[in-house]
Amino acid sequence: MLVVVGTVPDEGIPLLEGQVHLENDMLVLQGRRIPVNRGTPALLAAAVAAGQILGNAPTYTYLVGDIGTGKGSRRLYEHLVRHLPKKAFEVMTFHYLQPDVDWHNRVLFALEEMKPRPVLIADAGFMYAAKMSGQAGAYDLFTPDAGEIAFLADEEAPHPFYTRGFILHEENRVPELITRAYEHNNAARCLLVKGKRDYVASREGILATIDKPLVEALEPVGGTGDTVTGIVSALVASGISVEDAALLAAKVNRLAGLYANPTPATQVIELIKHIPRATAEILEETLKKHLSRNAR
Amino acid sequence: MSFLTFLKKKRPLKDQQADRGILVFENTSEVIRAENALKAEGWDVKVKGPPPEIRTGCDLVIEFPLIEELNVLRALEGAGVEPVKVVPVWSALLEPVSLFHTKDFGEYLMIRAANMKLTVDKKTMTIVNVSGGGCPDVPFLAQEMVGKPLSDAPSPRAIGHTLCGYALQLAYEEMQRQCLSS
Repeated sequence: MLVVVGTVPDEGIPLLEGQVHLENDMLVLQGRRIPVNRGTPALLAAAVAAGQILGNAPTYTYLVGDIGTGKGSRRLYEHLVRHLPKKAFEVMTFHYLQPDVDWHNRVLFALEEMKPRPVLIADAGFMYAAKMSGQAGAYDLFTPDAGEIAFLADEEAPHPFYTRGFILHEENRVPELITRAYEHNNAARCLLVKGKRDYVASREGILATIDKPLVEALEPVGGTGDTVTGIVSALVASGISVEDAALLAAKVNRLAGLYANPTPATQVIELIKHIPRATAEILEETLKKHLSRNAR
Repeated sequence: MSFLTFLKKKRPLKDQQADRGILVFENTSEVIRAENALKAEGWDVKVKGPPPEIRTGCDLVIEFPLIEELNVLRALEGAGVEPVKVVPVWSALLEPVSLFHTKDFGEYLMIRAANMKLTVDKKTMTIVNVSGGGCPDVPFLAQEMVGKPLSDAPSPRAIGHTLCGYALQLAYEEMQRQCLSS
């Protein structure tokens, strides 16, 4: 089962946990309807949409309201530390949480107590805290964008805001930044770097690149990185290896983006609507390639 | 502007860097409030990243001329936002990202500052998207800003709380400079 941990931008939302589903472009969790704009709700919606095609078990979530003060995140961290050691989840994805090294480390200790240890995916604020704590290697997958890979590559930076000038991200320097992130032990076992060209990488080097279809108008659309993380999480939960899931997720997200026919003013829900179709098509294409390779 | 304020603004930068201190606050929201209060009184303070020994996570500190500690603290007390500690600077402070990247999409203009991107419709000057970032105020800021005119939208400085919010503020200021200054 996939479990997503994150926040929603509404202080009125208490700590909620449970199975989540999509209904008329809204997430439904414990009877509450949560709008899908960007952030963790976009990740969850993408995971649910892809999971429907993959035949996954319902996605489970721990969500709390936090508008950036960190109060909700700390409440959630405390809850996780108390309850995770008794839980058994296959895949856990951590997302928009207030970066806090101390709480990150306590959550990681709780995760290490889980049996079996889940596949761990981190993005956004929780990935920042994981890198800053020096524990990046405990994770199976990080999904940074081009700016965030520069942050991971800068061993001094505590946040992307402070990435030093000589490391600042440029799309054509991504392979070099990936190498540097691994040299300083600031990357997860596998990386999916999202950008004009997507990279799947490990300590051994670049495993795959994906640059088609290229839809320039997606760059300003908030939440398109969140959807990739949601799709890869669903694919890993379906039993696909992290590396293969990263490759497929990048393809699915690009195709869904193409089908959304976006402008820079498009909202991410328009892309999410096309994830089931894109997932089905990419899986079919992959299966066909696999069968034709085996037939030769 | 008072005479004293004028003097504070004109103080040579070199003197301020010679003997620096940092103001540490409970959270980033307080840093932003304190920066607003000090700048409103004419202090040439700078928001920076804390030295490693006092970093906790999503942190900002305010760098100020240490010699002016009492005056600065008095100003902050008057503004109702007091630091949890004042520390002399021993190690290098981190400089925030200061480069902007502007991308023209024809009808839309996108500006990136650090990890945050802000996009406006050039014809209507409406904010159409906010992207990037990883702190929990990013979805909140997007919710509050998208769909509003650039001139009327709440500023990230006013409603944001984290470093991502601060980076969005820089993009917002640059967008205003490029689009609204003429």
